[in-house]
Amino acid sequence: MDSQVIATQPTSAHGEHGHSPHLRHHFATVAQQREAASFGMWLFLLTEIMFFGGMFTAYLIYRNWYYPAFVAGSHWMIMWAGTLNTTVLICSSFTMAMGVYSAEMRNRKALLRYLFITLCFGIVFLGIKAYEWHDEWEHHHVPGLNFSINDFTHVDQRYPQDKPLAPDMAEKTQAYFSLYFMLTGVHALHMLVGVSILVVLLFHAWRGAYTTGHMTTIENFGLYWHFVDIVWIFLFPLLYLISRHQ
Amino acid sequence: MSSTSIVLPDQQTATMPKRSYLNSSYGLKSWLLTLDHKRIAILYLITTVFFFMIGGTAAALIRLNLLTPGGELMSADTYNKVFSIHGLIMVFFFLVPIAPAVLGNFCIPLMIGAKDVAFPRLNLTSWYLFVAGGLLELYTIIWGGIDTGWTFTTPLSTHYVNTHVISGAMGIFVAGFSSILTGLNFIVTIHRLRAPGMTWFRLPLFIWSYYATSIIFVLATPVIAIALALVMLERFTGIGVFDPAKGGDPLLFQHLFWFYSHPAVYVMILPGMGVMSEVVACFSRKRVFGYTAVGFSSVAIAVFSFFVWAHHMFIMGISNYSALVFSLMTMLVAVPSAIKIFNWSSTLYKGSISFDTPILYAFSFIGLFTIGGLTGVFLAALGMNIHLTETYFIVAHFHYVMVGGMVSAVMAGLHFWWPKITGRMYPEMLGRLAASILFIGFNLTFFPQFILGYMGMPRRYHAYPPEFQILNVLSTAGASVLAIGYILPGIYLLWSLKYGKIAGSNPWRAPGLEWQVQSPPLEENFIETPVVDFEAYDFEWLAKHENEVQTVG
Ligand code: HEM
Ligand SMILES: [Cu+2]
Repeated sequence: MDSQVIATQPTSAHGEHGHSPHLRHHFATVAQQREAASFGMWLFLLTEIMFFGGMFTAYLIYRNWYYPAFVAGSHWMIMWAGTLNTTVLICSSFTMAMGVYSAEMRNRKALLRYLFITLCFGIVFLGIKAYEWHDEWEHHHVPGLNFSINDFTHVDQRYPQDKPLAPDMAEKTQAYFSLYFMLTGVHALHMLVGVSILVVLLFHAWRGAYTTGHMTTIENFGLYWHFVDIVWIFLFPLLYLISRHQ
Repeated sequence: MSSTSIVLPDQQTATMPKRSYLNSSYGLKSWLLTLDHKRIAILYLITTVFFFMIGGTAAALIRLNLLTPGGELMSADTYNKVFSIHGLIMVFFFLVPIAPAVLGNFCIPLMIGAKDVAFPRLNLTSWYLFVAGGLLELYTIIWGGIDTGWTFTTPLSTHYVNTHVISGAMGIFVAGFSSILTGLNFIVTIHRLRAPGMTWFRLPLFIWSYYATSIIFVLATPVIAIALALVMLERFTGIGVFDPAKGGDPLLFQHLFWFYSHPAVYVMILPGMGVMSEVVACFSRKRVFGYTAVGFSSVAIAVFSFFVWAHHMFIMGISNYSALVFSLMTMLVAVPSAIKIFNWSSTLYKGSISFDTPILYAFSFIGLFTIGGLTGVFLAALGMNIHLTETYFIVAHFHYVMVGGMVSAVMAGLHFWWPKITGRMYPEMLGRLAASILFIGFNLTFFPQFILGYMGMPRRYHAYPPEFQILNVLSTAGASVLAIGYILPGIYLLWSLKYGKIAGSNPWRAPGLEWQVQSPPLEENFIETPVVDFEAYDFEWLAKHENEVQTVG
């Protein structure tokens, strides 16, 4: 009973790629495996877009409804911190890209160096973010846990031409801060995941992985890192720069 | 009862293959750490059936309570918890996962000629996420329950109820990632792992509909994840995205929830449609009529399903214009569903039909889904909707599509692929009996609910005016018949694991790739990568190769 109903490929076809040790048994070729992995990563990023999309939708709607509250809320953002963090992340994306490039060039030292710098940038970002959150806590700007509308019903020294908000509009600043904490919180969570993965990658890279031609993992992690970066590029103007042009 | 022109192969001579995925390794650990898509499918089967039993028990309690107008069995609070548990478990832990994760996991790689799904480890991770979510849900049930309904309506869920909303939502949040990863895995598998020669238009229609399902998983599930995360945080820390006092809006929750949950109802039908195409083609010995139309209608359903969500919100204060647009879109989404029904009917027309259990379930599907879908169109009409929404008419509508449609299809699929999964046949006569019992029980249970709803009985109340009693008694009686219809297959399928007749590789003489290998299949599915040089549902090709099978031992 070993006759075959379906035509099959001769097994020798499998041999062409010389049985790379990284080839999992259910893929025919290394190229196929690599394509599958990066395709999977792009799909994953698509789900991430949908995930953030829900919050961006909320932002869009509430910002239109309660524009003055959003302006007043954003005036309490620490500009230098946000700007610095944006710079840090853009730099980290550059070093990450260099890391991928070094892996491609099979340069272990450079890979280690760039991954390490990226990791440092990531940690700096999280540190600055934590500092900002602490500041917002001190100012009673955390909806639900520690919030007072005081700052918004009085004229802000830094923006003397702004009118104080009426109490009911001042309450709406909570919508701004809720979304602020959700968006930056979920973003920071992604950063935290990224930083943790980076530590693992560094360890493997140190033991010599990724620079022998099999670099799908580094590539895909690079995509993830850039994605998280891009989310921040949207968050920064949306949360910090409302009405800055006035 | 089978018609004269087709004789199923003689199973007396079939033998169990010596080596298969079932005996490639033994022990609990070899199952819990397996990366084999077929074993993972079985893990899912066991867990989803377990949840089905919990959901079913809740359903039985609901029907018992509604036997009398006063609702003597339970207090209103308990009743709220019971129907919430029923909905949550049945939707998120039974109907959403069962077809994709069980039948999809088992069949997709076999059908496209692959050795496994693209990411086997991710596949196992999905199962563990599902189990983790399920455990959270069980915790919720045991430690006091949840009474928001399966819809988590705000501000009820965020402000007013005192039940375990957070853990309940968390369970669904976690299980949601299992759906996302499964969908992602299937899409990559279908794109990248098709065997040489397996072009898109040679794929079985099953694959097309699972592809459409996966798109919904990937695009819609993250949205409910964030919606539920916001509900949990609103309850836990008091952030105000849905709280009007803080500038939020509860209607936004409805938008986010239904943006997922409407597409999700198609997750609960599309895989069933895939099973239907296979079963109808096989048992009428004909290629599915209008292959391309059926294939693209799956994709059309997936796409349209993203633009109709507000039909769940017609009375919630959306604007007249958006109500108009969404009403129109909803009616449009019925078109691709109708295309499928017409095409299957045309396939059956003048086919050589053999009346085995799977096709009996398929007949149930065609009848019941048509009723369910058409009443959906009633509901999409704005005037009708105001009268019928939040009544038992809705309950009847979605049970006709979900239970009458999808569960019938799942039963069809389970019986159809049972010989492939286990290597043994279920007892055919009992199978036909159970299918008939289910059909009768189902209609007896849910048809009266259309009338009840039309007469104005609201859903989700534990008591009702006495004039509704007769129909409610009928419905409860039907539910008991229905229960027998589910318990019976449960018993004989288990029985057949040991005592069923040995099936042989292709007991239905079906043309799909999965039937050309031994049953149960080898761990690696195919000894050598198959090259596909025939179209889907090519019965003539099959006739030429009747007795040739890829097996070992
Ligand atoms: C074929 C076309 C369909 C149409 C036109 C349609 C239309 C509708 C409409 C307008 C509603 C809202 C009723 C209301 O709350 O006022 C509704 C509710 C519902 N439909 Fe459908 N539907 C269709 C198919 C399906 C399918 C295939 C499923 C699932 C397998 C499904 C499951 C549901 C559920 C679960 C609800 C109630 C949700 C709830 O409030 O708990 N529908 N349908
Ligand atoms: Cu809907």
